[in-house]
Amino acid sequence: MTPPTETATEVVPTTEVVDTTPTEAPPHPIVEFWRYFSTNRGPVIGLVIIVILVLVALFADVLALHPPNEQYREAFLAPPFWAEGGSTRFLLGTDDLGRDILSRIIFGARVSLSIGFLVVTLALTVGVALGLIAGFFRGVIETGIMRTMDVMLALPSLLLAIVIVAILGPSLLNAAMAVVIVQLPHFVRLTRAAVITEMSRDYVTASRVSGASAFRLMLITVLPNCLAPVIVQATLGFSTAVLDLAALGFLGMGAQPPTPEWGTMLANALQFVQRAWWVVTFPGLAILITVLAFNLLGDGLRDALDPKLKR
Amino acid sequence: MLAFILKRIALVIPTFIGVTLLTFALIRLVPGDPIELLAGERGIDPERHAALRAELGLDKPIVSQYGIYISDVLSGDLGRSIVTKTPVLDEFLSLFPATVELALCAILFAIAIGIPLGIFAAVKRGSVFDYTTMGVALTGYSMPIFWWALLLILLFSVQLGWTPVSGRLSVMYYVESVTGFMLIDTLLSGEKGAFQSAVSHLILPAIALGTIPLAVIARMTRSSMLEVLGEDYIRTARAKGLAPFRVIALHALRNALIPVVTVIGLAVGVLFAGAILTETIFAWPGVGKWLVESVRRRDYPVLQGGVLLVATVVMAVNLFVDILYGLINPRIRHQR
Repeated sequence: MTPPTETATEVVPTTEVVDTTPTEAPPHPIVEFWRYFSTNRGPVIGLVIIVILVLVALFADVLALHPPNEQYREAFLAPPFWAEGGSTRFLLGTDDLGRDILSRIIFGARVSLSIGFLVVTLALTVGVALGLIAGFFRGVIETGIMRTMDVMLALPSLLLAIVIVAILGPSLLNAAMAVVIVQLPHFVRLTRAAVITEMSRDYVTASRVSGASAFRLMLITVLPNCLAPVIVQATLGFSTAVLDLAALGFLGMGAQPPTPEWGTMLANALQFVQRAWWVVTFPGLAILITVLAFNLLGDGLRDALDPKLKR
Repeated sequence: MLAFILKRIALVIPTFIGVTLLTFALIRLVPGDPIELLAGERGIDPERHAALRAELGLDKPIVSQYGIYISDVLSGDLGRSIVTKTPVLDEFLSLFPATVELALCAILFAIAIGIPLGIFAAVKRGSVFDYTTMGVALTGYSMPIFWWALLLILLFSVQLGWTPVSGRLSVMYYVESVTGFMLIDTLLSGEKGAFQSAVSHLILPAIALGTIPLAVIARMTRSSMLEVLGEDYIRTARAKGLAPFRVIALHALRNALIPVVTVIGLAVGVLFAGAILTETIFAWPGVGKWLVESVRRRDYPVLQGGVLLVATVVMAVNLFVDILYGLINPRIRHQR
């Protein structure tokens, strides 16, 4: 609540004071972005975790103490090192086939991050292209594209993914394709909405009047101004991609054994809840941390890129 | 108002047609001969093959095949399961109440906890409570629910032994299905302990399924509440000297809840996607588990019919929410 102001009674100076101090050059957009982005701790933490995850995925061969699919017959269901009967040889214990869980999680980071990246890139490229076309040309093309997206949104996301996997057959790549298709409508809708808003702006008219081709208008004039929400969606899309891929793996419809995929590692975990809690706990923790990191980053990006929230 | 409702319904029709096209295509897109798929691994002799082809109308042109499919669908004939030979619609109807019961309990759990958390977080903005709640909410929102369900089983069923691991009711009880909702049926049956058994079976799946909606509702309530609390009419209400509780509970909350109501309505799709995983883990005999099994058994008529029915239910609920939203908020109703 602001206290009542007294401006009304203030004497307005008669001579206009001209501010002659030179104004600072506006900060570079990236510098400005970082200033907004780094005011909150959450997104920075998310970013740090993501960098660590990427490094783990890149250097999995060096970091993992064991090959991910190596079965140690003398160590079935060995507990983690701090638990009774555990040894530092298998830091997070082994699964029912005697494979080192930590090594599988480390290699799993490679699977989840690379497939997640593939999914988001494909969904983003195709989605933005379709959204641009729909928003730019309107009419029949737009109706066709948007009604198709409505149909895809009418199905619960995981169910649509399952249907696609049922058609294509269960495999990691097919699951990835399914998740691409599931994510597509969000990118299309966002881009179309942004394009339609931008198309009515004066700068677009100006560009059009000065003879810019449709192609130039679309890609060089309009597209860059529509990207902020798309970037946010891409970050959040990464987290749902990791989640959906893991869920499909868990249902046996994604990565197939022995691929060290986090969801697939949990596929038969239910039978171990009684005797080997570590088999159940750690792969899921890896999923949670990854998804959380991308959600933190996405939230931060949304705040930093949304001009309405800027002070 | 009637024009608004009719317009909304008209908008749903093309989507429904699109979904029927998708489910129609589903069985034809699967690689391989549909009849051999239907016959399963045992194979089929050529005579029966031709007979089935004619019976299923697969020898007709694709457009008339679709025509037949649509008229079958509209008359309630969704084919029969390959495995059980029961009509798909009957199977769906017998399993649907279990899913609805689970989803309703999950969303009630999410509302009962999410809305108060969101309100307190907004009112105490910037406090430790606010940060903790929003941190927990974001974690809940990021939770792989199949893993969360496993953790709940690990803690409450295995370590503490409080709840059973799977199913809807202990085998000790036999309860006649009246409404299909186990909580109501066990109460009606009057059997001692049956209701407690039903509750103990329901509680973990409902928590697992309700966690993500809870997180979404808490975050939504907080941000919507913060927005409303900055409005002039709240300042007026405070300036009038109303009790803070009255300002928050009456003036702010009523307006803050409008977007929350939409979120709750639109959570149906999310709940169903979650139900697929939750039901599979807790062996809950509902539609989600049924569909997962249909994929595993390559029971394509069940998948085809089930997908269409689920999509129809989701669309109907979304339509209902849309209309309801128009009733609460006249601005939506008069939008062009």
